[in-house]
Amino acid sequence: MNIQIRKFYYGDIPEDAGGSGSSAQQPVTNGTAWPLWEVFIRSKQGLDHKHAGSLHAADAAMAIENARDVYTRRQEGVSIWVVESKYIHASNPDEAESFYEPAADKVYRHPSFYDLPDEVKHM
Amino acid sequence: MHFQFITLNNHLQYILFLADSTLILSQRNSEWCAHGPILEQDIAITNISLDLLGQARNFYQHAANLLNQSNANGETVSEDSLAYLRNEREFKNLLITELPNGDWAQTILRQFFFSVYQHLLYSRLLKSEDKQIAAIAEKSLKEITYHIKWSREWVVRLGDGTEESNRRIKAALDYLWMYTGEFFIPATFEESDPSSLREQWLETIKEVFEEATLELPAGGFMQQGGKTGNHTEYLGYILAEMQTLQRTYPGAEW
Repeated sequence: MNIQIRKFYYGDIPEDAGGSGSSAQQPVTNGTAWPLWEVFIRSKQGLDHKHAGSLHAADAAMAIENARDVYTRRQEGVSIWVVESKYIHASNPDEAESFYEPAADKVYRHPSFYDLPDEVKHM
Repeated sequence: MHFQFITLNNHLQYILFLADSTLILSQRNSEWCAHGPILEQDIAITNISLDLLGQARNFYQHAANLLNQSNANGETVSEDSLAYLRNEREFKNLLITELPNGDWAQTILRQFFFSVYQHLLYSRLLKSEDKQIAAIAEKSLKEITYHIKWSREWVVRLGDGTEESNRRIKAALDYLWMYTGEFFIPATFEESDPSSLREQWLETIKEVFEEATLELPAGGFMQQGGKTGNHTEYLGYILAEMQTLQRTYPGAEW
């Protein structure tokens, strides 16, 4: 038994976990498993599609139907996008320090340092 | 409650035929719950089962209303008593709905055959003089359209898939085909002749079969009897399981 459990967070899905490619780090799936798809749902009031979760499907048409059955059965949405997980490229969590921390001390990037004339309202 | 002593006019028999066919197929499909080939498809077939159950309830409620109106002095009936307290011979469901699920291919192909038939029939019911029937048909058609899309894609996928999937759907076709004739054999209570739906039904099946690399069987002997209460040996077992609670604890609610 060589079961290895890896936990992924939204946006952090490594390429090898896409589903269709078989790599040594994917011991739980076998060659006949359906690929993994990421599902994005737009709600009735929403303007943008939001990530709802993931599921397995053999092709795009089935992925949309599965998404309809799994993620919109309680009227969650009026539009569905699916994309095969392997096509999502994610930033590496190990690089978080160099990626995100440098922005922390650059408060001047927020547009909150201007003196606004009184005549300008609703800013 | 003794339903055999209630005379049902043709219209009521027709509503019960519509109700029974959807209820029994719903019950059959629900057997897949937690046994589907993959989680996502388990949810898909269970959703379809619930759609069919909703349709059945609408028809039973309507039948119960009509029965209670015309039978003011007698016992009142309800959707539950119609579903749970009638016997095998009183059920008018199509034979195809009570057949065992078999494998995934058999369940899919049955759903496809039934949904295409249901779509043609309910499109006609939209013009029913009974406004309630027309309304139920209108609501159901949206669900049925999806059932056709879903089952159609599976038929193509299995037919034009692997050697094994092709073998399985062919076996399902051999088994089910003789039960498709009953759709179009009119019963005395049917308000419009279903035999005229046959051509359109065949056309749709043929079109999908071509895509699925399946051959349309040529006619052959067709089973019948469900509409008049002559069922296969399977219905008794379905009813036994489905009705046991209401028969053991009459009126039980939760």
